[in-house]
Amino acid sequence: MEQAIYAELPEEGRSEIEDLFNEMRKEFKGRPEELIPMLQRAQRRLGFLPEQAMLEIARITRLSAARVFGTATFYAQFRFQPVGKYIVRVCRGTACHVKGSDRLLETIVGYLHAVPGQMTPDGLFTIETVACFGSCALAPVMVINDSVYGSLNRSRALKLLGEIRNSFPLPKLASLP
Amino acid sequence: MDFSLIRERAEKNWKALETLKQPLIQVGMGTCGKAAGADEVYATAKQTLKQMNLLGRILQVGCIGTCYLEPIMAVRKPGGPFIYYGNLTAKRAEEILLSYLKNDNPRPDWAVCFRGEGPVDGIPRFEDLPMIKPQVRIALRNCGIIDPENIEHYIARGGYGGLARALRMDPEEVAREIKDSGLRGRGGAGFPTGMKWEFARKAPGRMKYIICNADEGDPGAFMDRSLLEGDPHSVLEGMLIGAYAIGCNEGYIYIRAEYPLAIKRLETALIQMEECGLLGRSILGSRFGFEIHIKEGAGAFVCGEETALMASIAGGRGMPCSRPPFPAVKGLWGNPTNINNVETLANVSAILTKGAKWFAGFGTEKSKGTKTFALAGKVERTGLIEVPMGIRLKEIILEIGGGVAKGKKVKAVQTGGPSGGCIPADLFDLPVDYESLTAAGSIMGSGGMVVMDEETCMVDIPRYFLSFTAEESCGKCIPCRLGTRQMLDILNEICEGKGTPEDLDILKEVSETVQKGSLCGLGQTAPNPVQTTLRYFLTEYEAHILRKRCEAGVCKPLFHYEIDPETCNGCGVCSTKCSVEAITGEKKKPHSIEQEKCTKCGACYEACKFQAIRIC
Repeated sequence: MEQAIYAELPEEGRSEIEDLFNEMRKEFKGRPEELIPMLQRAQRRLGFLPEQAMLEIARITRLSAARVFGTATFYAQFRFQPVGKYIVRVCRGTACHVKGSDRLLETIVGYLHAVPGQMTPDGLFTIETVACFGSCALAPVMVINDSVYGSLNRSRALKLLGEIRNSFPLPKLASLP
Repeated sequence: MDFSLIRERAEKNWKALETLKQPLIQVGMGTCGKAAGADEVYATAKQTLKQMNLLGRILQVGCIGTCYLEPIMAVRKPGGPFIYYGNLTAKRAEEILLSYLKNDNPRPDWAVCFRGEGPVDGIPRFEDLPMIKPQVRIALRNCGIIDPENIEHYIARGGYGGLARALRMDPEEVAREIKDSGLRGRGGAGFPTGMKWEFARKAPGRMKYIICNADEGDPGAFMDRSLLEGDPHSVLEGMLIGAYAIGCNEGYIYIRAEYPLAIKRLETALIQMEECGLLGRSILGSRFGFEIHIKEGAGAFVCGEETALMASIAGGRGMPCSRPPFPAVKGLWGNPTNINNVETLANVSAILTKGAKWFAGFGTEKSKGTKTFALAGKVERTGLIEVPMGIRLKEIILEIGGGVAKGKKVKAVQTGGPSGGCIPADLFDLPVDYESLTAAGSIMGSGGMVVMDEETCMVDIPRYFLSFTAEESCGKCIPCRLGTRQMLDILNEICEGKGTPEDLDILKEVSETVQKGSLCGLGQTAPNPVQTTLRYFLTEYEAHILRKRCEAGVCKPLFHYEIDPETCNGCGVCSTKCSVEAITGEKKKPHSIEQEKCTKCGACYEACKFQAIRIC
């Protein structure tokens, strides 16, 4: 079980978070049942849930910070670390498993040098696994952002990732973290 | 607006579509279709029509069920039937359109089937396809045939007629009609729907709720997704009928956030319903009012459990509570609540349209009607199917599914996802109904059906499911939280070759404790994959423990790859696929694998066209 470590939003994202909460204050009444929709809304916009966003949601809903953090960490959808430009999600459903998705994942992990839940050092990819996408007839399945790719094999998966990687110029060595 | 006027207009527009003087093209645009490239096919069809200077219409439809053929396109010339083409690429789609629309050659060599007035030379009828013939489509009646984003299509095919009929009856009569039909909950447990409604109706309380459970969380299942993507109104109509029977005015649809297309189609459907007077204060001019909210789930399998689902809607951690009190008495925010599965509700709308007697005509004595299954795994024809209850497993796997792919031997079928079990091939005579599957140690479940062949390890499968349930256990009760973890640890040891014979006894004991002692369905059924494999595939466990062998070639420490020098012709494909340079050999001479270097990734095994690489 991975430990949830909460991240701050970088300086340049501060105004974004203010805009978001101005919108959210208009849209939501702050009732407790709006907690999950608010977390979803924040993540959709920011890519992940930074600590200050969760604290702000706690203020709006008048729930304790513990309740907000507790709920957020309960659900698999929420992440607390920044994500790469492309989120690569490998399906680990039964049909995909039977058709070798563990080997597919292994190959992708080896190619991108990041484990599920991690972002690649260049900030381009984040690998995630999902329990099931519900596209079992096309197993094994991988989803890159919102595009679903079915009936994959290792070489096709690597080709897809390679095409994305190659469409970005290599960062200068100095700019790598 | 008066409903009869809406229906008249819908029927007129549907008739116009049926008698269209231009070509009509349908493209299956469910998530599966899109994953296979339906967007490209759609764009090509549009462009090709333009290129040929033809006026025509292109419709997006839901999944017709033959998922293995995705992307699928159906082409109809004025007066003719729809001709279906599968496994399309943009280029092939263009060639077909040019050939059929321009030169009147429907390319029978590429066509899969036709639907409508026939016959067409050299092309079989849709209903005669081996995959379709044994099926009866009730819940999926409109999937793949109508545009799911157009309420008129649904209405023209008899939609909302069931609601109109229900509103002319007493609520009690509606519940009785469902009771008489024998419909049982399609989410897995199989509780009689009519009875559930009566409980909620009789429960005291002014505020009552109905919830549609679309939190299809079990891996290996996609029936609800396809249904909501292909025909959302059939579910929504069922929900309205249920609300009327129970006497409630507010409903929730709890749907997985992983299904963005289904959510989008539901949102569109709700807007259209409002426009037609099917939502709001006075539905179809009656005194019945109803509103629906969509709640997106946030990725927790346990939220499929009724009390956990309600806790999640209320905005907290989705943890189950002990029952009683049952949701029908004390549910959402303490009010009487009725929860039905997506497929159940799609059946409700059909039953109210065609009557309880008609529905009870399908199925067996105790399991009436039909059941949808997501047929997947190592089977030739994967897809979404709907079969009458009581059909034999072998009919589903061998006839509808066409048997196991690549000529391998079928080993088992897994039903019911992480809560279900593995049924071995020698029990394939089993009829598919709630009681028979339970007796075999599995469950009907919501309809996941994953076929497994000789390359599937029956110790790895329970390990896989336990890793899922251990992760998804909410942690509230001890038997589930610790028991699933314990079973997983033991299975991990066995798969790594560290198992002992005593492990099997402990596994059995722990599985019984978890089954009996857990608070909710997740824990109570989590041992099923372990228990069924222990019951039917004990020899595989023994091979793992005593001989340290995994015959299926899945558990890495328990097998290795070898190249058979007799069969190997030295083509060299395997060595190019090997990422660790473990395969060496001269061209046209038998190759060999250096075992120390080999990571057992299986790339060579998959690549060899001559089956020269063996699992040893």
